[in-house]
Amino acid sequence: MHPAFSVIFLTTLIGAAQGLFLALFTAQSYAAFKLLPEPDAHAFYGQGSLLAVLLLAAGLVASFFHLGHPERAWRAAAMWRTSWLSREVIVLPAFMGVVFLYGLAHWLDWHPLLMTLPGGLPVDPSAILGVAGTVLAFALFLCTAMIYACLKFLSEWHSPLTVINYVLLGGASGFSLAAAFAAVTAPELVSFLAAWAAIITLLGMVSRIASLYRNARLKPKSTLQTAIGIKHPKIVQKTQGFMGGSFNTREFFHGQPVAVLRGVKWFFIIAVFPLPLLLLLSGMQGGAGVLATAFVVQYAGLLAERWFFFAQANHPQNLYYQSIA
Amino acid sequence: MQAANPSPASVQEVKTTTCYMCACRCGIRVHLRDGVVRYIDGNPDHPLNKGVICAKGSSGIMKQYSPARLLKPLKRKAGAERGAGEFEEIEWDEAFATLAERLGKIRATDPKKFALFTGRDQMQALTGMFARQFGTPNYAAHGGFCSVNMAAGMIYTIGGSFWEFGGPDLDRAKLFVMIGTAEDHHSNPLKIALSKFKRDGGRFISINPVRTGYSAIADEWVPIRPGTDGALLLAIIHEIIATGLYDRDFLVKYSNAGQLINANEASDEFGFFVRTEVPTEEACYEPQDKLWWDRNTDRAVVTHSADADPYLLGEFTLKDGTPVKPAFQLLHERVKDYTPEWASQITGIPAETIRRLAYEMGVTARDQKIELPIAWTDSWGVEHDTVTGNPVAFHAMRGLAAHSNGFQTIRAMAILMSLLGTIDRPGGFRHKAPFPRPIPPCARTPNDPRAVQPNRPLDGMALGWPSDPDDLFVNDDGSPVRIDKAFSWEYPLSVHGLMHNAITNAWRGDPYRIDTLLIFMANMAWNSTMNAVEVRKMLNDKDEQGEYKIPFLVVCDAFHSEMTAFADLILPDTTYLERHDVMSMLDRPISEFDGPVDSVRIPVLPVSGDCKPFQEVLIELGTRLKLPAFVTKEGARKFRDYPDFVVNWESEPGSGIGFLAGWRGKGGEKSLRGEPNPNQWEMYQKNNCVFHYELPKSYQYMRNWNKGYLEWSQRNRITRYAEPILIHLYSEVLQRFRGAAQGKGLTRKPPEHLRKRIETYFDPLPFYYDPLEAQVTDKHKYPLAAVTQRPMAMYHSWDSQNAWLRQIHTHNYLYVNATTARQQGIADGDWIWVESQWGKVRCMARHSEAVEPGTVWTWNAIGKAAGAWNLAPDANESQKGFLLNHLISEEIPGAGAAGRVSNSDPITGQAAWYDVRVRITKVGAGVTAPGLQTTSPQFEPMKPYPGMKERSSILAYLGIKAK
Amino acid sequence: MTQLALVIDLNVCVGCQACVTSCKEWNTSGSAGPMVDQNPYGADPTGTFFNRVQTFEVGEFPNTETVHFPKSCLHCEDPPCVPVCPTGASYKRKEDGIVLVNYDKCIGCKYCSWACPYGARELDEQQQVMKKCTLCVDRIYDMTMAADDRKPSCVKACPTSARLFGDIHDPESVVSVAIRESGGYPLMPEWGTHPANHYLPRRKTRIKIHEDELERADNPLKVDRQLPRPATSEPTLDDVTTW
Repeated sequence: MHPAFSVIFLTTLIGAAQGLFLALFTAQSYAAFKLLPEPDAHAFYGQGSLLAVLLLAAGLVASFFHLGHPERAWRAAAMWRTSWLSREVIVLPAFMGVVFLYGLAHWLDWHPLLMTLPGGLPVDPSAILGVAGTVLAFALFLCTAMIYACLKFLSEWHSPLTVINYVLLGGASGFSLAAAFAAVTAPELVSFLAAWAAIITLLGMVSRIASLYRNARLKPKSTLQTAIGIKHPKIVQKTQGFMGGSFNTREFFHGQPVAVLRGVKWFFIIAVFPLPLLLLLSGMQGGAGVLATAFVVQYAGLLAERWFFFAQANHPQNLYYQSIA
Repeated sequence: MQAANPSPASVQEVKTTTCYMCACRCGIRVHLRDGVVRYIDGNPDHPLNKGVICAKGSSGIMKQYSPARLLKPLKRKAGAERGAGEFEEIEWDEAFATLAERLGKIRATDPKKFALFTGRDQMQALTGMFARQFGTPNYAAHGGFCSVNMAAGMIYTIGGSFWEFGGPDLDRAKLFVMIGTAEDHHSNPLKIALSKFKRDGGRFISINPVRTGYSAIADEWVPIRPGTDGALLLAIIHEIIATGLYDRDFLVKYSNAGQLINANEASDEFGFFVRTEVPTEEACYEPQDKLWWDRNTDRAVVTHSADADPYLLGEFTLKDGTPVKPAFQLLHERVKDYTPEWASQITGIPAETIRRLAYEMGVTARDQKIELPIAWTDSWGVEHDTVTGNPVAFHAMRGLAAHSNGFQTIRAMAILMSLLGTIDRPGGFRHKAPFPRPIPPCARTPNDPRAVQPNRPLDGMALGWPSDPDDLFVNDDGSPVRIDKAFSWEYPLSVHGLMHNAITNAWRGDPYRIDTLLIFMANMAWNSTMNAVEVRKMLNDKDEQGEYKIPFLVVCDAFHSEMTAFADLILPDTTYLERHDVMSMLDRPISEFDGPVDSVRIPVLPVSGDCKPFQEVLIELGTRLKLPAFVTKEGARKFRDYPDFVVNWESEPGSGIGFLAGWRGKGGEKSLRGEPNPNQWEMYQKNNCVFHYELPKSYQYMRNWNKGYLEWSQRNRITRYAEPILIHLYSEVLQRFRGAAQGKGLTRKPPEHLRKRIETYFDPLPFYYDPLEAQVTDKHKYPLAAVTQRPMAMYHSWDSQNAWLRQIHTHNYLYVNATTARQQGIADGDWIWVESQWGKVRCMARHSEAVEPGTVWTWNAIGKAAGAWNLAPDANESQKGFLLNHLISEEIPGAGAAGRVSNSDPITGQAAWYDVRVRITKVGAGVTAPGLQTTSPQFEPMKPYPGMKERSSILAYLGIKAK
Repeated sequence: MTQLALVIDLNVCVGCQACVTSCKEWNTSGSAGPMVDQNPYGADPTGTFFNRVQTFEVGEFPNTETVHFPKSCLHCEDPPCVPVCPTGASYKRKEDGIVLVNYDKCIGCKYCSWACPYGARELDEQQQVMKKCTLCVDRIYDMTMAADDRKPSCVKACPTSARLFGDIHDPESVVSVAIRESGGYPLMPEWGTHPANHYLPRRKTRIKIHEDELERADNPLKVDRQLPRPATSEPTLDDVTTW
């Protein structure tokens, strides 16, 4: 596929935002159970949520660049019964809203006791919003990933690993960001968040490498033989029917030599996993600069990862577009 | 929006006319919305295309609104060089005044200093008449560089030919052999017939170096080396005779197979048929005065004598001691050594395949006979209850024709078709009116230079059909009268002229210099010329006085072609949707097997800009020059315009013969012949622009020898004589030339330097020889044959300027057999050099498994000069596209004047496009630099001319009037 | 229930591209238009087309088949492009099975094209909406046209009648008969999309010639071949023996 930067930014930015939110609410939950010290809610939860909302908004803006008719984007909510894209379009703003309210609740110190759970755990609006946001964050991961994973023709994507990768890679970058953010706003949470970021990064590495391993061994289901319905081992296209390119040659080909693909792959493998891991571990003690670098490196790596995710996907329609003459 | 419901009827008007996106001439319906073309589709009520349309026809809209159109008369700016494209707009008045003055002077002094050559115009009836009226012999259309071998080879053998004048009857055929077509000639009718043939269970064999288009759907593809078809056909003839698979009855009655030929080498009559008497008049038919050796009485009898049955094989001695042999015996002797094994070496086709092909043809023809319950009477008065058909059909075109051995190859094919008994019979070859015609047809050029006189029409036709050396149009010393040397000893049977040599000859002044060259619709500075690079220089070359060697060059074209850049005067032609045209019986009509058909174009759109149909130009010029056909005795204008001319012109007063055959007579009640009908155009318009005269069934077959048909044809003045037209297995016409070269007889004799050439090639029986270029080429150095084809979406068209079609063929590659390419280290898509001994081209290679290993090929005329056709100078056509023409020479070393001859068939002058031999090499490493990723040669980009529209960078055609 | 479809006969398609441009000319000025062309007179011209004819070479010289292969939207019975559309712009008509795009609803997200394994959809670069073959829905029901004209433009144009049009759910329709009797097959059956359009394969006609067919009693050589007839005076067995 042709990697579109709008979609690359959309998926990586909202992934990081989802991860960041999950990190915020994880910290809040731990704190509620007194497993972590209570940070400065204004700064950490409030501004953290704002940061997440900004990332989501940036992702949303990026997504508009993907549309031929952004002014009609509202229509995209219509087909939620069948379309994961439609579902994403519903879940994303819902998630944004919840994150915003979650941050607002913290910002305004709005903590009226709504109920007390058995065990004496007090429940306030931020907890409710946090749970809702968590559900939505995962739902959004699912929607985003399923947009790709549901396309059975794209075997590289059509796998549970796609969903797992979206969750883990978004989570890793969000937690890395949370760790870096905490280094400034809530130093007491840094090691906790950095540790989780490292763990998720490690898990992400396992699942992403698993998907690379899987994809390297895929046998295309469609062949020229099934594409044109002729049984012969040697079939070569002589002309695709036009010479100056078309939507089919622009949208479904990355147009890069194999060497570029390989370079991008190694870059992202290093930039998303071992490098941030090292930086996270070395920043565990609160080095804001190191942790920020960890996030930036990982995010840059994720941009490459997403580019590669698209580029590697070989659409069966390409069987029909191989030669001009 | 894309409607869920049909849109309301938005088309306001549907007009019928005839397509002209190629030379096929399908009936079309043009759907107009507010006067803008919304849709063009095939006319279901048209006999030619029955409602279908091709890729080009559907793209007519993009031709009509093309930015490449010329919209103003233009003259070269004073001081600007030819080719620089510096023009200024002028009015028609000035254009006409300039032309009338210049041509008037020429006509009053030496009319042959004016030459008129036209492209694929389909208006030869008018252009030929204009030239003749002017008095110049220097006129031809593009046939000489197209397929004259096909016309001449077949017409000199069976009195008819493929395409306009005949074709394969695929309705009834069981076996169809297509040999040597380059995706050309015929478009829609052949496609319609092919698919129907296949669906009806027919077997389709394609013999071609390349498997594309039509060949793709063949049941069997037989790859063959280019230029060797003659060897294959002769070997098949060998096998057909050796196994007795020929149709004896057919040959006996309908060919000269049984006629006795003088076998006394010492005699002046050697090689000629023995005649019972000296013919009394020199008429254009063959009198029945020849002999058979009768099997029943074992003596010579006049042919077709009642109860006689001739020997086809054997040697006999006449009473006077003259040894004689039947023509068939000579053919038998000729093909004796042309065994399949021999042909296999030459063609690359396994001998067993050649045998099988022969058997399939012979057995199908013999065992699957068709008997139609159609009674007819033959020329000897014998009544037949049925028409018999041997269902083996052939089709061939440029692949056979465009070789310097093409005439003899095509003779071999026509003879094979005759041996199988398939001529004008169901399931075989069938004629289309006005064919069959006598062999050769009766039209003759003058045979004397004194036929060209100041202020007088030419005394004869500019083109004709020589039957012996005395018909040649030569000076007393045997040198050519025509600028293209047609009908001279160099190319005696050049029945369509040699347009491809006109510019070179005029530039060189050999045989003489001319003053004005008028080119209509022929891109002689590009794809319609051999050796385009040199020809462009010739067009621009000056003599010592600083005068152009071709002093005045007028080009009439609708588009910004490469040729227009060299013009001194450009006359903007209209498109086909803006003009009246006739597909006349006097030219090349669209007749069907079942009878004559002619058709017209009637404008569906107003003329764009200051365009003017070329016919109007000729009529205006003819009137101003006071050419007799265009003015009254008093010198006054006779015809208002072209439509008026078409209605009222008669070949002579009261002849009733005009350009159109339909709705003649005062009220339109007569067909073929009759008084002018003032409402003729309206009647065509009401009838889908086509006139179809269906012959009675009994006149539809066996027309060479069908008494009823021939007499009908004679009554309607389609022919002068109703004599039977026997098939020339043995060509006495050719023997007359050979005899002259051998110093025999009383006819003119060739000049010494051409004597050997005439003697060699004018063989009365077909034979195989290496194409002339191959004879002067080191085949080890240039191991590959290079040929071109026209892609169907661009076939016979002028459409690189067409926004839709050019997306399909934007540039071209050289197709190379994958194994051949790999041996040269050439990968798919590599840049390569292609070199012949005449030039070199840089282009890209494509591997193919569908081309014979010794052949490379490309789509013709996709490559354009930069900026031409108002394409952007960086358009693919010029930067990645190329012309194979740059590798082809219009002349080769030979026996002609100054050691050169045209690169043409020595008999007909057919341009030998497909003879060129090349080698290919991978371009060195440096070519990866972006500047070198273009084809070579390149030319200075052409500029748009004044008056042309700007080309848009985005096109969203809606078929509505621009607001 | 009706499912309109094309059946394309590869046995007679000569690759002439008639269907390609007749589709373009009808639809660019029709309700599906305009179909934009970029750089129409410049380098690498590119435009929206609903139908393309491609060429494949099958096998190796000399046993090569050149196959011309027209391809447009296959109007799948289970079209994967429809459910993924977030706006409902892509839809399959219940009444005749045609898969269409409502341009007014299309947001140009291209997702439907990703979900089509056949590459049958093209985004119009000017209108920025997805376009595709409509089976000339604005022709086939237009009662102002003659019955023979109420067909997709490509079908009408095709000089070899390689394109059949009809209802594949009607077992007696020309398309169903062709699929049944001439080996009609769908493309990429592995995806379960159930394309409505089908293709008919190449079929070969061969001739078998038996040896004795070359002999035969009516062989004209028996008439024409003059076997040497020795003079009666030449020696014979009678001269040397009496038995």
